[in-house]
Amino acid sequence: MSTIRSRLIVIGLLFVFSVWQLLPKNETQRVPDPTTGRMKDTSVRRVPVHLGLDLQGGVHLALEVDQTKGPVPDCAEAIRRAERVVRTRIDEFGTTEPVVQIVGRCRLIVELAGEKDPSRAKGIIQRTAFLEFRITDMQNLFRNALPEMDAALRAAGVKGPAGGAANAVAKLFGDTGKKKAGPDTSLVNAPGALSSLLFQGQLAGEFLVQEENFAKVDSIIHMPQFDRVKPRGLDLFWGAQVESRGARPYRALYAVQNKAIITGEELTKATARRDQLTNQSVVEFTLTRRGGRKFGEETGRHVGDYMAIILDGRVQGQPPVIRGQIQNQGLIELGSKPLTDAQDLALVLRAGALPAPLTVVEERAIGPSLGRDSIVDAIKAGAVGVALVVLIMIGYYRLSGTLAVAALTLYVLFTLAGLAAFGFTLTLPGLAGFVLSVGIAVDANVLIFERIREELRHGKLVRTAVDEGFKHAMNAIVDSNVSTALTAFILYLVGTGPVQGFAITLIIGIAASMVTAVFVVRTFYMIWLQQRPAMTTLSV
Amino acid sequence: MIQLFANANYDFIKWRKWAYGLTALLIIPGLILLAVKGLNYSIEFTGGTLIQVQTAKPVGTGALRQALDAAGVRGAEISAFGSDTDYVIRARLGTQATPEGGGGTQATAAAVDQALKTGIGEGQYKIVRTEAVGPKVGKELQGKAFLAIFFSFIVTLIYLAMRFEWRFGLAAVLATFHDILTTIAFIRYLNLEVSLVVVGAVLTMVGYSLNDTIIIFDRVRENLRKYRRQNLYEILNLSINETLPRSILTHGTTMATTLALVLLAGEVIRPFALVMTFAIFTGTFSSIYIAAPLLMYIEKRWPGEDARGARAFTGRPASQPAGPATPPSPTPAPAPPSGPRPKAAV
Repeated sequence: MSTIRSRLIVIGLLFVFSVWQLLPKNETQRVPDPTTGRMKDTSVRRVPVHLGLDLQGGVHLALEVDQTKGPVPDCAEAIRRAERVVRTRIDEFGTTEPVVQIVGRCRLIVELAGEKDPSRAKGIIQRTAFLEFRITDMQNLFRNALPEMDAALRAAGVKGPAGGAANAVAKLFGDTGKKKAGPDTSLVNAPGALSSLLFQGQLAGEFLVQEENFAKVDSIIHMPQFDRVKPRGLDLFWGAQVESRGARPYRALYAVQNKAIITGEELTKATARRDQLTNQSVVEFTLTRRGGRKFGEETGRHVGDYMAIILDGRVQGQPPVIRGQIQNQGLIELGSKPLTDAQDLALVLRAGALPAPLTVVEERAIGPSLGRDSIVDAIKAGAVGVALVVLIMIGYYRLSGTLAVAALTLYVLFTLAGLAAFGFTLTLPGLAGFVLSVGIAVDANVLIFERIREELRHGKLVRTAVDEGFKHAMNAIVDSNVSTALTAFILYLVGTGPVQGFAITLIIGIAASMVTAVFVVRTFYMIWLQQRPAMTTLSV
Repeated sequence: MIQLFANANYDFIKWRKWAYGLTALLIIPGLILLAVKGLNYSIEFTGGTLIQVQTAKPVGTGALRQALDAAGVRGAEISAFGSDTDYVIRARLGTQATPEGGGGTQATAAAVDQALKTGIGEGQYKIVRTEAVGPKVGKELQGKAFLAIFFSFIVTLIYLAMRFEWRFGLAAVLATFHDILTTIAFIRYLNLEVSLVVVGAVLTMVGYSLNDTIIIFDRVRENLRKYRRQNLYEILNLSINETLPRSILTHGTTMATTLALVLLAGEVIRPFALVMTFAIFTGTFSSIYIAAPLLMYIEKRWPGEDARGARAFTGRPASQPAGPATPPSPTPAPAPPSGPRPKAAV
């Protein structure tokens, strides 16, 4: 009796623990406040079984350090820093239960459950906020090289507009009035393929391109031939915003030095405020000591020059003029833009001074409806599968089969509780593995029951047959389960996302089935035999 | 009570040559087909873009193809996915299925979306799933899948060598290798898409098939100790027969669940479920017809302690028709007191 009691206590404890694990709990979630748009913490009551992206919909991204624009010496370090950045950023922008995780050496996995818009998510993450300061082309090297570049482009087969004056770059300012009149010939006054599309901006190295020509110019400056004729030591960057000068939208193109005087790596702090005197939105930033020294040197050398502030390859605002040496504190002026813009910039600068840009190497987006359908289908299949198993077991082993089925319900409970307790994620292959494991879980009971039948056939007493049956079946049960668990474990080590989910479910299922099929069913038998000590035939 | 195959006494081992032939008939054309046409790898392995679209009305793959062609996305594979309003568009890397002007896998996804917008009309379709995998990730996965199968072999071989002895382990692993071959042939015949989840199914199959072999070998080990006078041929047959009811029951229940998955669990999981269903067949088959005869062969070549009689006696003597498994020794040994003999011939 005492063994039965202690066994029942163990089962009871496991049961209570499992139920407790599966009770809905309060979980903190960051959600956007509908009124202010800011993020706030709310608590949600829900069952703590985490559903994978394939079940609830969401976005999975694998990112790597972009090495196409020059190798990054230590990608592991870069990705570690990127992880912190991306995590902060995602927390600020608001998705629930984001996963940000480094896999392997140089890869970052980002999973955003329930995110409906993959491009928005990608934009948030990929806006690496790679900040650099570069001096614009003060010597007008680019402008002076335009005729040469036009000639090279002509040789490469890029056609310029027919006709027009031989002037290199049209002066845009000063004759805005004319421009308003429409596309008159004086605008397209250069025959060159490139120069005809550019207008000199207000400062050295600034050019303006009409919005409709943006794609054309962009493709020209990305041509491999263009790289060869472009003046050495210069890079081209687009402005971040479309500006309108007169009635037409324009895009600014900046020729800047190809070396950054400083990058976001050296940034430690960034705060937004409104300047009292000028009524401008500004972002104040602080640099590291090393960065400050370097910045001071460079700005000292470039007093009077224009400095382009480039964020993710886009020039922010119009490059300001350097009025004097700047040490480790600086100011980014945003002009008349609202303070929220400055706050956003400060945020991404703070969180997002990535050491290097990231590139998406893998992207999966699953719509929430597909996830819902998958759950419904899997549950349907699971219900039918389990019903068949129950039918077979009870039909074939009768009362003993019923015991096994009772243990099977505990098995389902324990497995789900195991998933919840260890915080593992349930994926679609995981659900399939779960359904499959229900079929396999009864194997241990089948082995035991068959063994008991054999022993009974050999004329053993019921009690001895049960004891022997369990004893002899154990070897086979342990060996087979361990070998399955080993393959599942390897699957877990080698696999990714969904496959790991499957492997985890299988491993937990195996562990749970060992407990229920052997320990629990044994206890049921003990109680049964205790109640009917004189039983001569066993319903098995 | 219902009893299936209790006291069964079939001579399974006798049919081994037939079994070899049957399995070769399945494997060899499959492998030839594999060599000629290769496997239908998912974009996870090849790199590329997959877009699953749900349309408001059935449009047919032709209309989708037209929409994509018009937008200059060529060479993409378009197939219906379960119903006539669900379609999957696959553009594998290296098949020219990129939009004009090149671009990566994500550019392809964007181009497809744009093409559908103009071709099918906005609001007439919904993109429910997008996958874009770069070439590097695909290559890595191929390597990983291979590694996974390799390591699972090594680990189980070591485990079996520890629990049994190396002869049993080798037979079990060879039988499992056979299962991998039949499963690959099966995948090739049905032209199933080999995704990571399908590789997962193959690995699970490895576990399941080993599991089944172990159950039989466990019984062989026990019977070798119990029936000292019987030779390996008879022990193997006896063990398979004794575990037959268990095999039927377990495979029955597992098959019930996998078939439920095949029929009801939806298109995404169907290849996985199909492979698992086949795995149950091949795992059961190989445990009986491949693993057991292989063990006999190995014991014959490299006799172990337990292999008594295996060297001298490899087949059932001609004078002994299929029937009661009695010891081959000239003077019939008395039945061990605890061990009953399988009685009824079938």
